Amino acid sequence: MSDATDTGPVLAADGRPLKRSLQRALRAEKLRALALIAPLLIFILVTFIAPIADMLFRSVENEIVSDTLPRTTLALDGWDHKSGQIPSEDVFAAFTYDLVAAAERKQHTRLGTRLNYEMTGISSLFRKTGRRVDDFGELYMDQFVDLDPAWVEPATWVTLFADPAWISSFEDWQAGDRKDATRPQPLFVASDTLGTILPETTDSYTEFARVAQTVNADSPLEETPWAPVYEALYRDLSRADSAAIAALEGPARTLLAPAQAAVAGFRTETLSDLYIDVDKDWGDPEVWATIQAFTPKYTAGYFLNAVDLQQTADGIAVQPEDQRIYFLLFKRTMFMSMMIMGSCVLLGYPIAYLLSNLSLRASNLLLILVLLPFWASLLVRTSAWKVLLQQQGVINDVLVWLGLVDDGHRLVMINNQFGTIVAMTHILLPFMILPLYSVMKTIPHTYVRAAKSLGATNWTAFWRVYFPQSVPGIGAGCILVFILSIGYYITPELVGGTTGTFISNRIAYHISSSLNWGLAAALGAILLAVVLILYWAYDRLVGIDNVSLG
Amino acid sequence: MKLKNILLTTGAALIAAPMAFAQDMADSMTLVSWGGAYQKSQIDAYSDPYKAMHEGLEVVWDESSNEAVAKLRAMNEAGNITWDLVDVVASDAIRLCDEGLAMEYDPDELLAPAPDGTPASEDFGDLIVSDCFIPQIVYSTTFGYRTDLVGDTPPSTVCDVFDLEKYPGKRSLEKRPINNMEWALYCDGVAKDEIYDVLETEEGQARAFAKLDTIKDDVIWWSAGADTPQLLADGEVVMGSTYNGRLFSLIEEQKQPVAMLWDMQVFDLDGWIIPTGLSDERLARVKDFVYYATDTQRLADQAKYISYGPARASSAPLVGKHAELGIEMGPHMPTDPANAKNTLLYNYEWWADYRDDLDAKFQSWLAQ
Amino acid sequence: MSQMDLPPYATTGQRIWHYSFLVICGLIFFFLIAPILVIIPLSFNAENFFTFTPGMLAFDPEAYSLKHYKDFFTNPDWQQALVNSVRIAPVATIISVSLGTLAAIGLSQDHVPFRRAIMAILISPMIVPLIISAAGMYFFYSRIGLQGTYIGVVLAHAALGIPFVIITVTATLVGFDRSLTRAAANMGADPMTTFFRVQMPLILPGVISGGLFAFITSFDEVVVVLFVGSAKQQTLPWQMFTGLREQISPTILAVATILVVISIGLLTTVEVLRRRSERLRGMSPG
Repeated sequence: MSDATDTGPVLAADGRPLKRSLQRALRAEKLRALALIAPLLIFILVTFIAPIADMLFRSVENEIVSDTLPRTTLALDGWDHKSGQIPSEDVFAAFTYDLVAAAERKQHTRLGTRLNYEMTGISSLFRKTGRRVDDFGELYMDQFVDLDPAWVEPATWVTLFADPAWISSFEDWQAGDRKDATRPQPLFVASDTLGTILPETTDSYTEFARVAQTVNADSPLEETPWAPVYEALYRDLSRADSAAIAALEGPARTLLAPAQAAVAGFRTETLSDLYIDVDKDWGDPEVWATIQAFTPKYTAGYFLNAVDLQQTADGIAVQPEDQRIYFLLFKRTMFMSMMIMGSCVLLGYPIAYLLSNLSLRASNLLLILVLLPFWASLLVRTSAWKVLLQQQGVINDVLVWLGLVDDGHRLVMINNQFGTIVAMTHILLPFMILPLYSVMKTIPHTYVRAAKSLGATNWTAFWRVYFPQSVPGIGAGCILVFILSIGYYITPELVGGTTGTFISNRIAYHISSSLNWGLAAALGAILLAVVLILYWAYDRLVGIDNVSLG
Repeated sequence: MKLKNILLTTGAALIAAPMAFAQDMADSMTLVSWGGAYQKSQIDAYSDPYKAMHEGLEVVWDESSNEAVAKLRAMNEAGNITWDLVDVVASDAIRLCDEGLAMEYDPDELLAPAPDGTPASEDFGDLIVSDCFIPQIVYSTTFGYRTDLVGDTPPSTVCDVFDLEKYPGKRSLEKRPINNMEWALYCDGVAKDEIYDVLETEEGQARAFAKLDTIKDDVIWWSAGADTPQLLADGEVVMGSTYNGRLFSLIEEQKQPVAMLWDMQVFDLDGWIIPTGLSDERLARVKDFVYYATDTQRLADQAKYISYGPARASSAPLVGKHAELGIEMGPHMPTDPANAKNTLLYNYEWWADYRDDLDAKFQSWLAQ
Repeated sequence: MSQMDLPPYATTGQRIWHYSFLVICGLIFFFLIAPILVIIPLSFNAENFFTFTPGMLAFDPEAYSLKHYKDFFTNPDWQQALVNSVRIAPVATIISVSLGTLAAIGLSQDHVPFRRAIMAILISPMIVPLIISAAGMYFFYSRIGLQGTYIGVVLAHAALGIPFVIITVTATLVGFDRSLTRAAANMGADPMTTFFRVQMPLILPGVISGGLFAFITSFDEVVVVLFVGSAKQQTLPWQMFTGLREQISPTILAVATILVVISIGLLTTVEVLRRRSERLRGMSPG
């Protein structure tokens, strides 16, 4: 149609150079294709890929330790777990401030559960100690109050430590309707003045005031601080520069100066003794080493656990032998998936061959038989296998009746690997037959006939001519069956017993029972990686487009 | 303002019934339970009568108690609590309470006193094992055996489970270390009150596994409550552990040739928890329902439908006959003195610590 | 013309082999349908267990009953589960089919950038182990407020059904003669008309087949709905699952029998449609 008779670039009908016109057309075609794909792509990314990514992120995420114990995390930095000593009083103090706030927020047992995955006993250690920790420092509290009753007054603390700007906004808030949920309390802000002189007290009092406000909806003006704040005050005052305190003005000086003078004469106690009194395990450096090992925000710990290793303070170690299970389970999942794949080939190949060699009408009828179980509920098929395979089940009954098996020695065919393999072969067989069938349909019979007419025996004709052409179908079916079976969960759960369960069952257990979601995510990530490698191989070997489902 | 608050609180305490909030209660609630016969007993004994009293109330049942802790945790992470009242076993209630996922409550304020005026805290007594746990029933995990497969001398102690010579055949045990480890040690000669001390040590654990090893090849491990009854009905196992209510239904309702072995039954509790973070209207509705559903008569009524013991002392004398079968329920209760001669109480605290560890060992042992 | 007929000149060995091959195939077919053969009689069991009672084996009419069917049709839980399944599966199927067909057409164009990667993403719901999908959706949907909602379950099931639509429709498009759309365009049809009047009728078997797979994926799916759904979305498989776990009742088998009968009906429909489309295709060039 173009008038490309002249010299110069070939032009399209509209007068543009043909090359550019073609490029434009190509770009438009690309865009149109993408526009068609985009809705689904976005749909899958949002409803499917994002959840998976979110889930897998849990396998490395470990913010709970540093979020719950921020001060301890910092303080433990300087402690060497190899020293064989428990950490210093400073660490115990930091831990006390963290723990008392965590206990009030009910986060300490969650942390205890997390650390219990790494070291048995930490869960109860945290729970027990959480109940007692708000008494730690009571000795000092009593002595401060004996010294000056003002120390028990909430107002004293607010006057000393609050930022004046916060006080005025707090007063505004108090003047209004306190029950109005849209007007939250302004969160406590500490003044800078004492922050430098009494850092621990300021910090722990701020924590206290905020917990009172947010967790219990109390006003700091009405609540006496918990005992650990007095512990902090004692520790600060014993170290504070007396000149700085003398330089203070107003109530700060009148309260703090005599207090500082008095602390030297206070009866004292060591925090570590208090802890060891609650539970002797606090004297075990191993406990502290575990906490220290898991302070980073991200951890490889879950992945290590997922391959029967563990992270200890001294680096990576192998799990004790009686707790190793995941490697075995991965191996078993692989082995059983191979067995299932193999049985599917053995059973599927003749059927596909038969189907592809029958007339269309007959083969389509038989195809209904292949698809029928595929459409009956998975759960029901699995239960049916139970009824068939169990010791008092149909198959054993028939065998006993036929006299093939002695009544006292009925075969054990379920609650073991055999049961899982049989039931899953049955469930996945259509996934083998369909791709095989679609490949075999396209193999021309003329080749086999040609081979035979050239003198090949039936077997040679099949093995040398027909079979090689059906290999792509076998490959497609195998990888499909293998990928599907490796992630199976319901069937092994119902018929697998102890030796026939898959890694998926363990993942489900960690998600819904033990609540070790990090480990579940790590196991899932490994499983997913295996599947993706297989998928990649599949795409390379066969091409995902060449799968056809009937 | 303060005075007004004080007046309001004391006023509410004086009325002592949540009726004070009647005007703004939600008209729908989602209750979470276990499904099956147990949930049906709850529907018959308290939810249907309560619905009859409150027209227009919608009650949705969710059969997710099995995954309650996981789901509540996820709901809490997402900040969207869709459940109003959750039925859980005591150990889960403790976990939920520890994590702040269940609401702490005051028994004498939330729960009705006994008809004679005994406050709820005394009526329930020690069974309130956690500040969040509202007990409903006492159940037990115990054994049932096929009467036609055990010969002339039926098993009389739990240790017969470990005796393959006297009672050949398969047995079913739950696929978790809890209970099985205790039974194994007990039958290995450990005194009852020393079981947990022994189990704490590596040697003790090895000893329990060694005892379990002697029957390992003849055990079918169950994980769902319906498994053992089905296995017993099929004759697949000679004896098996399960919840006593399942065995009652198997024996009395389904008329299967099965009998109870009460020796060393393990007591456990089941009850409600109220999730934290409910809106005022929903909370008011739940409180009103719980007040009704846990009173003396209602708990006694529940025993008409299922053989679990009511958690209130004052309900025990009111336990009557089965609603359909017309048999006395008293002798079928795990707490009946004839049944409770030799029992074990599930040690919640201990298992909270050792669960992860022993579970890993148990699974590894199973897999070998 | 079947290739399976024995030629008249077959030797004895060939005959033996031929018949034993047919016997082997018969046994495999028996293996395939054996569970269904077990389910159907057990669903008429008069007792509440999955057991062939002596009475049943003796064909005692007393041992058989329709009570489990009655239970299914009268029990509000089962009826609600049926309603939920019927509300969820078709909507999920419509989403998978409409988005999936469009995308498959897009993917079948000649020049699609990142084709492999896109394909991998679209197929992923089929290859990612179900338990991982379920857990991931559970956490993520909780966070965005979709957990326990009707929409959440529908979206999750739609995602799971998509790979089947993509695979089947892409497979039909491979054999699709592109000159037909060009011809239609040439004769002045706009893209919409071309799509609905020319392309759609020809790829319809693939679309229907994919749609049926997507439908059954949702209709038979239990793991994801267990996690993503709540009591108000309890579907038939979920009800079966709790039935199996908490209280075994042959009502499950009655439901399965009904489903098998329905699926035979559906499969027959597909077969009729396929024959019709084969005729249509027979008319198409190439």
